[in-house]
Amino acid sequence: MIGQSPLRTFIAHAVLILGILIVAFPIYYTFVASTHTLQTILRPPLPLLPGGQLWNNYSEALFGGIGRIGGVSVGQLLLNTTIMALGVAVGKICISILSAYAIVFFRFPLRMTFFWLIFITLMLPVEVRILPTYKVMVDLGMIDTYAGLIIPLIASATATLLFRQFFMTIPGELVEAARVDGAGPWRFFFDILLPLSRTNIAALFVILFIYGWTQYLWPLLVTNSNDMNTIVIALRKMVSFADADTEWHLVMVTAMLAIVPPILVVVLMQRWFVRGLVESEK
Amino acid sequence: MATVDLKDVKKVYPSGVEAVKGVSIAIPDKELCVLVGPSGCGKSTLLRMIAGLETISAGTVAIDGKVVNAIGPTERDIAMVFQNYALYPHMKVYDNMAYGLRNRGTPKDEIDSRVRSTAKVLELSALLDRRPRELSGGQRQRVAMGRAIVRNPKVFLFDEPLSNLDAKLRGQMRVEIKNLQRTLGVTSVYVTHDQLEAMTLADILVVMNAGLVEQTGAPLDIYEKPASIFVASFIGAPPMNLLALTGSSSGPILADGTAIGFAAPGTQAVTLGFRPEDADVTFNAEALPGALVLPAAVEAVEPVGAESFLHCAAAGSRIIVRVSGRATAKPGDQLRVVGKAEKLHWFDQAGKRVD
Repeated sequence: MIGQSPLRTFIAHAVLILGILIVAFPIYYTFVASTHTLQTILRPPLPLLPGGQLWNNYSEALFGGIGRIGGVSVGQLLLNTTIMALGVAVGKICISILSAYAIVFFRFPLRMTFFWLIFITLMLPVEVRILPTYKVMVDLGMIDTYAGLIIPLIASATATLLFRQFFMTIPGELVEAARVDGAGPWRFFFDILLPLSRTNIAALFVILFIYGWTQYLWPLLVTNSNDMNTIVIALRKMVSFADADTEWHLVMVTAMLAIVPPILVVVLMQRWFVRGLVESEK
Repeated sequence: MATVDLKDVKKVYPSGVEAVKGVSIAIPDKELCVLVGPSGCGKSTLLRMIAGLETISAGTVAIDGKVVNAIGPTERDIAMVFQNYALYPHMKVYDNMAYGLRNRGTPKDEIDSRVRSTAKVLELSALLDRRPRELSGGQRQRVAMGRAIVRNPKVFLFDEPLSNLDAKLRGQMRVEIKNLQRTLGVTSVYVTHDQLEAMTLADILVVMNAGLVEQTGAPLDIYEKPASIFVASFIGAPPMNLLALTGSSSGPILADGTAIGFAAPGTQAVTLGFRPEDADVTFNAEALPGALVLPAAVEAVEPVGAESFLHCAAAGSRIIVRVSGRATAKPGDQLRVVGKAEKLHWFDQAGKRVD
């Protein structure tokens, strides 16, 4: 970007700022709405500046008015969602790193068949297999359990393929050096492969955590009891059919609260995340 | 500490490609054996079979008198230095060197003392807390050596360890490897395609071609008496000059029809060779009985400093002659190349040496 004319710089910045505004404005607007009374929200136009109800609204959403979301506190909902998102992220990473390890570093019969089986599942979105999966979960008695929320979402090809691609870039000499150094398969996995995959794991964790956090269809199907709802489901349930009955200010507060954990994960892991995306540490 | 014996070792890949076609080499204790040959000749495969990284299709590999065909690289008690060093990128230099010992359950304080003393020998003491990416190529090479030495194995295996270094460093490391190997007295197998490395390092030199051993012996013996045309042209830089011969009743005749003027050692000889340094050039026309005299046209002169190489066209071939110091000849000059009769090499139809 050397020798840019001022005009080009201006246009570039204008486009970037516009992009940020388009992305950020709805979130800002949600925040603004979460600081006003219900009456202000229902009487258009909604002000563009935060109101004075921040403390009231947030304390009511967090600690009062439990009755609204089917008798479940926001804390419980956040806990459910956190467990689910963590379970999905950790489970997927464990399963996929192990299967990628097997496929890349071991020679066994039907190796490529298994690889293609995994690969083909990429072409089946969750929605296609949702009914059979639901039936299996019912038969196993996993409705309204964390296991039922988490396990069906763990199996996925994407992460396996990502790890496979990464493992294939590890030089054969490194594997051989470890063999000569007396490292068996487990030692090689824990001492060499896992530390080398750190950045990839971190990047995947961020992506998968958010994936788990924002799941809608599956939690909706597999949870009947309000206790087991995730925050996304609860948000939907808070919006009742008659507009006037919906406590929009509290919906907005809950929405804000629902955004916080993913943001925290991204911010805290940003350094690793970016590294994992751009750099392979070799 | 150990001998290495290869008996009729073969490697056939599942695809049917025969990479090593029956190789027997006996390496005595404490000696450094260099496997040299062009790429694809099977030298690396052979090394990897000694290491246990490749299965052995036929024949036996014995280390210290014990056949190791069926046991893995860990139990063979060998250490290997790889071409690209293969250092563990996430470990510090110290841990890279300690890793093999840890896996073998060596006590912590012994690991520490061994790593530190090895680091001292290799002048790595100041670098023990660095990671491989913070090291230069030469330093990484040293760490790779250290990782091998610290284990105190029966056999060192080197897989083209210097090919990623620049020329100056390569010369330096070559001397260091030789000294270390001699001091430690560890039997070693060293694979390279660089004939200079091969000549200077080897106690035993094994020249390989197309999966077979062409010649085994002391480096200078091989240099002076190459067993085949392949060895003659592979060992030595610039390579040996080779001239095709046709026989006749009066004696061998060169491709352009000039008679050599003396007899070949056998009637089988169809190729005549002489090394660039075993010939001289002259502008005079005097008779030189008993020497190989070739009228030649100088095509190019390469002054290297202490010596010069004349590229000439003679007897239908291109030949190279080394003259010491500066060459007086210029491109385009007509002169005579004089080969010393006792330094000529003769090869038969199959490319084998005739004496």
